[in-house]
Amino acid sequence: MGRYLRLLAVQFRASAAVAMQYRVEFLVEGALALFWTGWSLVPLLVVYGSREAVAGWSFDEALVVMGWFTLMKGVLEGAVNPSLTTVVEHIRKGTLDFVLLKPADAQFLVSTAKFEPWRIIDVLGGLVIFAVAFHRMGRLPEAGGVLAACLLFAAATVILYSLWIIVVAAAFFVVKVDNLSFLFVSIYDAARWPASVFRGALRVIFTFVVPLAVMTTFPAEALLGRLAPPRALLIAAGAVAFAGLARAVWLRSISRYTSASS
Amino acid sequence: MPRTLRAIPTLLKVGFAEAVAYRAEMVVWLLSTNMPLVMLALWTAVARDAPVGRFGQRDFVAYYLATLVVRLLTGAWVIWELNYEIRQGTLAFRLLRPVHPLLAYAAENLSALPVRMLVSLPIALGALLVVGRDRLTGDPLLLALFPVTVLGAWLITFLAMAIIGALAFWIDQAGSLFEIWLGLFGVFSGYLVPLELFPHWVATAARFLPFRYMLAFPVEMIIGMTPRPVALAELAVQWTFVVALALGARGAWALGLRRFAAFGG
Repeated sequence: MGRYLRLLAVQFRASAAVAMQYRVEFLVEGALALFWTGWSLVPLLVVYGSREAVAGWSFDEALVVMGWFTLMKGVLEGAVNPSLTTVVEHIRKGTLDFVLLKPADAQFLVSTAKFEPWRIIDVLGGLVIFAVAFHRMGRLPEAGGVLAACLLFAAATVILYSLWIIVVAAAFFVVKVDNLSFLFVSIYDAARWPASVFRGALRVIFTFVVPLAVMTTFPAEALLGRLAPPRALLIAAGAVAFAGLARAVWLRSISRYTSASS
Repeated sequence: MPRTLRAIPTLLKVGFAEAVAYRAEMVVWLLSTNMPLVMLALWTAVARDAPVGRFGQRDFVAYYLATLVVRLLTGAWVIWELNYEIRQGTLAFRLLRPVHPLLAYAAENLSALPVRMLVSLPIALGALLVVGRDRLTGDPLLLALFPVTVLGAWLITFLAMAIIGALAFWIDQAGSLFEIWLGLFGVFSGYLVPLELFPHWVATAARFLPFRYMLAFPVEMIIGMTPRPVALAELAVQWTFVVALALGARGAWALGLRRFAAFGG
């Protein structure tokens, strides 16, 4: 365990060093991230310009969902997406062998291969949106709610990561997976709206196929103090089970991997 | 010129074969155009109690399904190819051929159209079934002009991509520049929200930007939201943009190719 923690620290330092080399790019990326956070509020403002509430969510409450969306986007693009994109490149070039030969767990190595530290701006943006939303509501989130929200944040990260691992595992079979990740990101975009807005087929997809509700709507409900604690625990258990599934899928695809280069 | 013209059928055939060969990839691409469906769900939920502006629930359904169809028909991806080929130096192979690279890209992108039609036609028919014929414009002239507006929209999309892509000859970061373009497109083209629902000044600004003519104009016209004289005036604006962007793309390419030095290859 201690060894893996040290390894994580090493990988993170390496990413930070790489990121530090392109300082101008950072500043540009950072500024862009801020700009996009503001820009993503435009449809929300238009929707609530004509209505007090949509599907039972007031503007301030929907703002909390948007905050979670921004925060999770930071996690996705800063910690999950970059390393797993690197694996796909490895698979295509056949250089995954070098990773598999190393004396540490391959899934751990590939999932910590690269971080983009500047995505922290998205996380901060999410926190600022929370602050604005609760300031407008004129109250503070309760301690229990914050606790449940933190638990759900962990669960959401685990689910997001597990989904990605499954997508990457698909790369062992179809090789060209950049489009698959593009599709995933475009579906994730729907998470910026409270899940109860959707009906019919979309609702089924967003609850069971790609559990977007778990990523933004449930944490927002927890923060607003509307989610019963047993439900939060149930979701957390679901996340753990899902991670187990992803692990099984990963091990299975790794065992069937035949190098492309040699 | 005649030699170029003779090459076009072959280019189209190659492009079509490519589209069929990577059909899984194509389907994934098409699926990732799901944004109109999300906005459709959202706005019909908003309009459940009372219409927004002149949009009722059925108007939103017609609007976003038409958006989906136009978007599927006007897709282009030349920017990613360009970025890759300029960076890797493989553009050099294209330059050896007697056909202008832009024309070759255009033919490749266009030839995926039959496959895209296969997907968008059922959506269009489904839309007709769901919201009824009365949401379609009754004007035969406008109906006949619809393909022209879609072609214009595709040309603006393609040429803008070609210009931004050509910037890769000068700067490394044409990709992030294009992201800004996409962000502006999302709002000013009516892709996310019908332009009328914005504050007045946004809709006015949109009339002077190319984005509106890439999407909202054909969509609003086909679902009968624009009267004939307005539609004809907008058609003129659309094709003015097409001509201006075509000249811009030619200029940018002529200048950019002078700077191009292939590595490797």
